[in-house]
Amino acid sequence: MEVLGVAAELLVMFTGFGLLIGILFGFFGMGGSFLVTPALLVMGYAPNVAVGSGLAFVFGTSVIATLKHRDLGQVDYKLGVLMIAGTTGGIEVGKIGLEYLQHIGLAGSVVSVAYIGLLGSIGAFVTYTALKGGDGGISHDVEEDDEGADDIPPIAQKIQSYNVPPMISIRGGFTVSLWMVLAVAFATGLLSGFLGVGGGFIRMPALFYLVGVPVPVAVGTDLFEIVFSGGIGSFLYAQSGAVDLSIVVPLLAGSALGARIGAGATNLVDEDDIKVYFGVMLLLGAIAVAVREAGNYLGIEVLDLVSLAIILGAALLVSGAVVVSSVRKLRETPSSAEPSVAD
Amino acid sequence: MQLGLDSLSGTTLAAALIGLVLLEAIVLYFGYGFLESTLGKRVTDLLRGL
Repeated sequence: MEVLGVAAELLVMFTGFGLLIGILFGFFGMGGSFLVTPALLVMGYAPNVAVGSGLAFVFGTSVIATLKHRDLGQVDYKLGVLMIAGTTGGIEVGKIGLEYLQHIGLAGSVVSVAYIGLLGSIGAFVTYTALKGGDGGISHDVEEDDEGADDIPPIAQKIQSYNVPPMISIRGGFTVSLWMVLAVAFATGLLSGFLGVGGGFIRMPALFYLVGVPVPVAVGTDLFEIVFSGGIGSFLYAQSGAVDLSIVVPLLAGSALGARIGAGATNLVDEDDIKVYFGVMLLLGAIAVAVREAGNYLGIEVLDLVSLAIILGAALLVSGAVVVSSVRKLRETPSSAEPSVAD
Repeated sequence: MQLGLDSLSGTTLAAALIGLVLLEAIVLYFGYGFLESTLGKRVTDLLRGL
Protein backbone atom coordinates (compact mmCIF):
# COMPACT_ATOMS: atom_id res chain seq x y z
CA MET A 1 0.00 0.00 0.00
CA GLU A 2 1.27 3.47 -0.87
CA VAL A 3 0.52 6.93 0.57
CA LEU A 4 1.48 9.83 -1.74
CA GLY A 5 3.79 7.51 -3.63
CA VAL A 6 5.56 6.22 -0.52
CA ALA A 7 5.22 2.73 0.98
CA ALA A 8 2.94 2.88 4.04
CA GLU A 9 5.35 0.60 5.94
CA LEU A 10 8.14 3.14 5.45
CA LEU A 11 5.95 6.00 6.72
CA VAL A 12 4.91 3.99 9.79
CA MET A 13 8.53 3.04 10.50
CA PHE A 14 9.80 6.63 10.26
CA THR A 15 6.89 7.95 12.34
CA GLY A 16 7.66 5.33 14.99
CA PHE A 17 11.36 6.12 14.93
CA GLY A 18 10.53 9.83 15.16
CA LEU A 19 8.35 9.11 18.19
CA LEU A 20 11.25 7.38 19.96
CA ILE A 21 13.67 10.20 19.04
CA GLY A 22 11.11 12.80 20.19
CA ILE A 23 10.66 11.13 23.59
CA LEU A 24 14.44 11.18 24.07
CA PHE A 25 14.64 14.82 22.90
CA GLY A 26 11.79 15.94 25.13
CA PHE A 27 13.08 14.06 28.16
CA PHE A 28 16.83 14.63 27.98
CA GLY A 29 16.72 18.01 26.26
CA MET A 30 19.22 16.85 23.68
CA GLY A 31 18.46 16.69 19.98
CA GLY A 32 18.11 13.21 18.54
CA SER A 33 19.46 14.28 15.16
CA PHE A 34 22.76 12.55 15.80
CA LEU A 35 20.87 9.24 15.82
CA VAL A 36 18.82 10.00 12.69
CA THR A 37 21.67 10.38 10.20
CA PRO A 38 23.50 7.19 11.24
CA ALA A 39 20.17 5.31 11.10
CA LEU A 40 19.61 6.57 7.55
CA LEU A 41 23.17 5.61 6.61
CA VAL A 42 22.63 2.14 8.04
CA MET A 43 19.38 1.87 6.06
CA GLY A 44 21.38 2.37 2.89
CA TYR A 45 20.54 5.99 1.98
CA ALA A 46 23.30 7.92 0.18
CA PRO A 47 25.41 10.03 2.60
CA ASN A 48 24.20 13.35 1.12
CA VAL A 49 20.53 12.25 1.44
CA ALA A 50 21.12 11.04 5.01
CA VAL A 51 22.83 14.33 5.95
CA GLY A 52 20.41 16.59 4.01
CA SER A 53 17.29 14.90 5.39
CA GLY A 54 18.85 14.87 8.87
CA LEU A 55 19.36 18.63 8.64
CA ALA A 56 15.77 19.19 7.45
CA PHE A 57 14.58 17.16 10.45
CA VAL A 58 16.79 19.31 12.73
CA PHE A 59 15.26 22.44 11.17
CA GLY A 60 11.70 21.23 11.85
CA THR A 61 12.36 20.17 15.45
CA SER A 62 14.21 23.41 16.25
CA VAL A 63 11.29 25.49 14.90
CA ILE A 64 8.99 23.63 17.30
CA ALA A 65 11.42 24.01 20.23
CA THR A 66 11.91 27.72 19.51
CA LEU A 67 8.15 28.29 19.38
CA LYS A 68 8.04 26.76 22.86
CA HIS A 69 10.90 28.91 24.22
CA ARG A 70 10.16 32.18 22.41
CA ASP A 71 8.42 33.83 25.34
CA LEU A 72 11.09 33.04 27.93
CA GLY A 73 13.35 35.92 26.80
CA GLN A 74 16.44 33.74 26.75
CA VAL A 75 17.70 34.71 23.31
CA ASP A 76 20.65 37.04 22.70
CA TYR A 77 19.78 38.08 19.14
CA LYS A 78 23.10 39.83 18.46
CA LEU A 79 25.02 36.73 19.53
CA GLY A 80 22.54 34.62 17.57
CA VAL A 81 23.12 36.56 14.34
CA LEU A 82 26.92 36.31 14.77
CA MET A 83 26.59 32.58 15.41
CA ILE A 84 24.45 32.24 12.27
CA ALA A 85 27.14 34.01 10.20
CA GLY A 86 29.92 31.77 11.52
CA THR A 87 27.83 28.61 11.31
CA THR A 88 26.76 29.29 7.72
CA GLY A 89 30.40 29.46 6.64
CA GLY A 90 31.10 26.24 8.52
CA ILE A 91 28.13 24.43 6.96
CA GLU A 92 29.17 25.48 3.45
CA VAL A 93 32.74 24.25 3.99
CA GLY A 94 31.44 21.02 5.60
CA LYS A 95 29.12 20.43 2.64
CA ILE A 96 31.91 21.01 0.10
CA GLY A 97 34.10 18.61 2.06
CA LEU A 98 31.40 15.94 2.14
CA GLU A 99 30.67 16.30 -1.58
CA TYR A 100 34.38 15.99 -2.37
CA LEU A 101 34.65 12.86 -0.25
CA GLN A 102 31.55 11.50 -1.99
CA HIS A 103 33.19 12.25 -5.36
CA ILE A 104 36.24 10.18 -4.45
CA GLY A 105 34.07 7.47 -2.88
CA LEU A 106 35.10 7.94 0.73
CA ALA A 107 32.12 9.87 2.13
CA GLY A 108 30.31 6.88 3.67
CA SER A 109 33.40 5.63 5.50
CA VAL A 110 34.61 9.04 6.72
CA VAL A 111 31.16 10.13 7.95
CA SER A 112 30.68 6.76 9.65
CA VAL A 113 34.08 6.93 11.38
CA ALA A 114 33.38 10.52 12.49
CA TYR A 115 30.06 9.35 13.92
CA ILE A 116 31.67 6.44 15.73
CA GLY A 117 34.14 8.85 17.37
CA LEU A 118 31.50 11.46 18.18
CA LEU A 119 28.80 9.15 19.52
CA GLY A 120 31.36 7.01 21.32
CA SER A 121 33.04 9.92 23.10
CA ILE A 122 29.78 11.68 24.06
CA GLY A 123 28.25 8.36 25.12
CA ALA A 124 31.28 7.54 27.27
CA PHE A 125 31.18 11.03 28.82
CA VAL A 126 27.44 10.89 29.60
CA THR A 127 27.70 7.33 31.00
CA TYR A 128 30.73 8.22 33.11
CA THR A 129 29.18 11.37 34.59
CA ALA A 130 25.82 9.63 35.15
CA LEU A 131 27.53 6.77 37.03
CA LYS A 132 29.58 9.32 38.95
CA GLY A 133 26.44 11.25 39.83
CA GLY A 134 27.14 14.35 37.73
CA ASP A 135 24.73 16.01 35.33
CA GLY A 136 26.51 14.79 32.21
CA GLY A 137 25.98 17.87 30.11
CA ILE A 138 23.74 20.89 29.77
CA SER A 139 20.05 20.41 29.16
CA HIS A 140 17.86 22.40 26.77
CA ASP A 141 15.20 22.41 29.50
CA VAL A 142 16.40 25.06 31.93
CA GLU A 143 14.24 27.06 34.24
CA GLU A 144 13.24 30.60 33.44
CA ASP A 145 14.88 32.11 36.50
CA ASP A 146 18.19 30.27 36.21
CA GLU A 147 19.96 33.13 34.41
CA GLY A 148 23.03 34.26 36.29
CA ALA A 149 22.91 31.31 38.64
CA ASP A 150 25.87 29.65 37.00
CA ASP A 151 29.31 31.08 37.53
CA ILE A 152 31.38 31.70 34.46
CA PRO A 153 33.78 28.74 34.07
CA PRO A 154 37.50 29.51 34.59
CA ILE A 155 38.36 28.70 30.94
CA ALA A 156 35.73 31.18 29.73
CA GLN A 157 37.02 33.82 32.16
CA LYS A 158 40.51 33.33 30.76
CA ILE A 159 39.21 33.59 27.17
CA GLN A 160 37.21 36.71 28.03
CA SER A 161 40.36 38.28 29.47
CA TYR A 162 42.07 38.24 26.04
CA ASN A 163 41.48 41.55 24.31
CA VAL A 164 41.42 40.76 20.58
CA PRO A 165 39.37 43.55 18.94
CA PRO A 166 36.64 43.92 18.05
CA MET A 167 35.19 43.03 21.45
CA ILE A 168 31.40 42.63 21.70
CA SER A 169 29.13 42.84 24.72
CA ILE A 170 26.92 39.85 25.43
CA ARG A 171 23.80 39.51 27.53
CA GLY A 172 24.89 38.76 31.08
CA GLY A 173 27.09 41.86 31.30
CA PHE A 174 30.45 40.81 29.85
CA THR A 175 32.47 41.27 26.68
CA VAL A 176 34.22 38.72 24.50
CA SER A 177 36.23 38.80 21.29
CA LEU A 178 34.15 38.60 18.12
CA TRP A 179 36.71 36.17 16.70
CA MET A 180 36.12 33.67 19.52
CA VAL A 181 32.37 33.69 18.84
CA LEU A 182 32.93 33.25 15.10
CA ALA A 183 35.46 30.45 15.67
CA VAL A 184 33.04 28.49 17.88
CA ALA A 185 30.23 29.08 15.36
CA PHE A 186 32.38 28.01 12.39
CA ALA A 187 33.59 24.82 14.09
CA THR A 188 30.07 23.72 15.04
CA GLY A 189 28.76 24.71 11.58
CA LEU A 190 31.42 22.51 10.03
CA LEU A 191 30.11 19.63 12.11
CA SER A 192 26.52 20.41 11.07
CA GLY A 193 27.35 20.53 7.38
CA PHE A 194 29.53 17.46 7.48
CA LEU A 195 27.47 15.19 9.68
CA GLY A 196 23.93 16.53 9.33
CA VAL A 197 23.51 17.28 13.03
CA GLY A 198 22.21 20.44 14.67
CA GLY A 199 25.45 20.75 16.61
CA GLY A 200 23.59 21.99 19.68
CA PHE A 201 25.04 19.27 21.90
CA ILE A 202 28.49 20.74 21.21
CA ARG A 203 27.64 24.43 20.57
CA MET A 204 25.68 24.90 23.80
CA PRO A 205 28.47 23.61 26.08
CA ALA A 206 30.97 25.56 23.91
CA LEU A 207 29.00 28.79 24.42
CA PHE A 208 28.97 28.16 28.16
CA TYR A 209 32.47 26.74 28.75
CA LEU A 210 34.44 28.70 26.12
CA VAL A 211 32.55 31.97 25.59
CA GLY A 212 31.04 32.21 29.09
CA VAL A 213 27.41 32.77 28.04
CA PRO A 214 25.00 32.04 30.96
CA VAL A 215 23.29 28.66 30.47
CA PRO A 216 19.72 29.92 29.86
CA VAL A 217 20.93 32.46 27.28
CA ALA A 218 23.16 29.80 25.68
CA VAL A 219 20.14 27.50 25.42
CA GLY A 220 17.77 30.10 23.93
CA THR A 221 20.36 31.50 21.54
CA ASP A 222 21.35 28.00 20.48
CA LEU A 223 17.76 27.07 19.62
CA PHE A 224 17.29 30.34 17.72
CA GLU A 225 20.51 29.67 15.85
CA ILE A 226 19.66 26.04 15.03
CA VAL A 227 16.49 27.21 13.22
CA PHE A 228 18.70 29.15 10.81
CA SER A 229 21.65 26.75 10.58
CA GLY A 230 19.27 23.79 10.10
CA GLY A 231 17.23 25.77 7.57
CA ILE A 232 20.25 26.99 5.61
CA GLY A 233 21.94 23.59 5.74
CA SER A 234 18.89 21.70 4.53
CA PHE A 235 18.25 24.36 1.85
CA LEU A 236 21.77 23.88 0.48
CA TYR A 237 21.31 20.11 0.37
CA ALA A 238 17.77 20.41 -1.03
CA GLN A 239 19.13 22.36 -4.01
CA SER A 240 20.78 19.15 -5.19
CA GLY A 241 17.73 17.04 -4.33
CA ALA A 242 19.30 15.54 -1.20
CA VAL A 243 16.32 16.21 1.11
CA ASP A 244 13.80 13.36 1.03
CA LEU A 245 10.37 14.44 2.30
CA SER A 246 9.25 10.82 2.66
CA ILE A 247 11.85 10.63 5.47
CA VAL A 248 11.45 14.10 7.01
CA VAL A 249 7.62 14.42 7.14
CA PRO A 250 6.87 11.21 9.11
CA LEU A 251 9.99 11.62 11.31
CA LEU A 252 8.90 15.13 12.29
CA ALA A 253 5.28 14.11 12.89
CA GLY A 254 6.42 11.35 15.24
CA SER A 255 9.08 13.37 17.03
CA ALA A 256 6.79 16.37 17.72
CA LEU A 257 4.39 14.04 19.53
CA GLY A 258 7.22 12.20 21.26
CA ALA A 259 8.78 15.47 22.45
CA ARG A 260 5.54 16.34 24.29
CA ILE A 261 5.47 12.91 25.92
CA GLY A 262 9.14 13.20 26.88
CA ALA A 263 8.69 16.73 28.26
CA GLY A 264 5.70 15.53 30.30
CA ALA A 265 7.80 12.64 31.63
CA THR A 266 10.37 15.07 33.08
CA ASN A 267 7.68 16.13 35.59
CA LEU A 268 7.39 12.54 36.78
CA VAL A 269 10.76 10.83 36.56
CA ASP A 270 14.19 12.03 37.69
CA GLU A 271 16.42 12.39 34.63
CA ASP A 272 19.49 11.16 36.53
CA ASP A 273 17.80 7.79 37.14
CA ILE A 274 17.72 7.09 33.42
CA LYS A 275 20.69 9.08 32.15
CA VAL A 276 23.04 6.11 32.30
CA TYR A 277 20.78 4.31 29.78
CA PHE A 278 21.02 7.35 27.52
CA GLY A 279 24.82 7.23 27.61
CA VAL A 280 24.74 3.51 26.86
CA MET A 281 22.36 4.20 23.96
CA LEU A 282 24.87 6.61 22.43
CA LEU A 283 27.61 4.02 22.82
CA LEU A 284 25.36 1.43 21.14
CA GLY A 285 24.80 3.96 18.33
CA ALA A 286 28.57 4.13 17.81
CA ILE A 287 28.78 0.31 17.85
CA ALA A 288 25.92 0.10 15.30
CA VAL A 289 27.73 2.34 12.81
CA ALA A 290 30.95 0.36 13.40
CA VAL A 291 29.11 -2.93 12.76
CA ARG A 292 27.72 -1.53 9.50
CA GLU A 293 31.17 -0.39 8.38
CA ALA A 294 32.62 -3.79 9.25
CA GLY A 295 29.81 -5.42 7.25
CA ASN A 296 30.60 -3.23 4.22
CA TYR A 297 34.33 -3.92 4.53
CA LEU A 298 33.90 -7.67 4.91
CA GLY A 299 30.99 -7.92 2.46
CA ILE A 300 28.62 -9.38 5.07
CA GLU A 301 25.19 -7.90 4.26
CA VAL A 302 23.44 -9.25 7.35
CA LEU A 303 25.53 -6.91 9.51
CA ASP A 304 23.54 -3.98 8.03
CA LEU A 305 20.42 -5.49 9.54
CA VAL A 306 22.19 -6.12 12.86
CA SER A 307 23.33 -2.50 12.88
CA LEU A 308 19.82 -1.16 12.25
CA ALA A 309 18.45 -3.46 14.96
CA ILE A 310 21.01 -2.09 17.46
CA ILE A 311 20.10 1.57 16.73
CA LEU A 312 16.33 1.04 16.78
CA GLY A 313 16.57 -1.34 19.74
CA ALA A 314 18.67 1.10 21.79
CA ALA A 315 16.30 4.02 21.09
CA LEU A 316 13.29 1.79 21.87
CA LEU A 317 14.89 0.57 25.10
CA VAL A 318 15.66 4.03 26.51
CA SER A 319 12.44 5.75 25.40
CA GLY A 320 10.56 2.69 26.69
CA ALA A 321 12.31 3.08 30.05
CA VAL A 322 11.21 6.74 30.15
CA VAL A 323 7.57 5.88 29.36
CA VAL A 324 7.34 2.85 31.68
CA SER A 325 8.94 4.76 34.59
CA SER A 326 6.56 7.68 33.99
CA VAL A 327 3.44 5.49 33.93
CA ARG A 328 4.60 3.72 37.11
CA LYS A 329 5.17 7.07 38.81
CA LEU A 330 1.83 8.36 37.53
CA ARG A 331 0.01 5.43 39.13
CA GLU A 332 1.75 6.15 42.45
CA THR A 333 0.94 9.90 42.31
CA PRO A 334 -2.30 11.06 43.96
CA SER A 335 -4.60 12.75 41.42
CA SER A 336 -4.57 15.98 43.49
CA ALA A 337 -0.82 16.31 42.83
CA GLU A 338 -1.26 15.73 39.14
CA PRO A 339 1.62 16.90 37.00
CA SER A 340 1.05 18.48 33.59
CA VAL A 341 1.29 16.17 30.60
CA ALA A 342 3.81 18.47 28.99
CA ASP A 343 5.35 21.78 29.78
CA MET B 1 7.08 11.91 -1.76
CA GLN B 2 4.75 13.07 -4.56
CA LEU B 3 3.39 16.47 -3.57
CA GLY B 4 3.42 18.15 -6.96
CA LEU B 5 7.05 19.19 -6.56
CA ASP B 6 8.34 16.99 -9.36
CA SER B 7 8.31 19.80 -11.92
CA LEU B 8 10.43 22.11 -9.72
CA SER B 9 14.21 22.12 -9.63
CA GLY B 10 17.19 23.74 -7.95
CA THR B 11 16.52 26.75 -5.75
CA THR B 12 12.74 26.70 -6.27
CA LEU B 13 12.52 23.06 -5.24
CA ALA B 14 14.75 23.69 -2.21
CA ALA B 15 12.61 26.67 -1.10
CA ALA B 16 9.42 24.63 -1.55
CA LEU B 17 10.82 21.69 0.45
CA ILE B 18 12.01 23.86 3.34
CA GLY B 19 8.73 25.81 3.29
CA LEU B 20 6.82 22.54 3.60
CA VAL B 21 8.94 21.40 6.57
CA LEU B 22 8.40 24.81 8.23
CA LEU B 23 4.65 24.61 7.63
CA GLU B 24 4.52 21.06 8.99
CA ALA B 25 6.44 22.12 12.13
CA ILE B 26 4.03 25.01 12.83
CA VAL B 27 0.95 22.84 12.19
CA LEU B 28 2.33 20.08 14.45
CA TYR B 29 3.15 22.53 17.24
CA PHE B 30 -0.33 24.03 17.37
CA GLY B 31 -2.11 20.78 16.42
CA TYR B 32 -0.50 18.67 19.14
CA GLY B 33 -0.92 21.59 21.57
CA PHE B 34 -4.66 21.59 20.89
CA LEU B 35 -4.88 17.80 21.25
CA GLU B 36 -2.95 17.97 24.52
CA SER B 37 -5.21 20.61 26.00
CA THR B 38 -8.38 18.73 25.01
CA LEU B 39 -7.32 15.10 25.58
CA GLY B 40 -4.35 15.38 27.97
CA LYS B 41 -6.27 14.94 31.22
CA ARG B 42 -8.33 12.07 29.83
CA VAL B 43 -5.16 10.23 28.74
CA THR B 44 -3.49 10.90 32.12
CA ASP B 45 -6.52 9.53 33.97
CA LEU B 46 -6.58 6.50 31.70
CA LEU B 47 -2.92 5.77 32.43
CA ARG B 48 -3.50 6.29 36.14
CA GLY B 49 -6.27 3.68 35.95
CA LEU B 50 -9.15 5.95 36.94
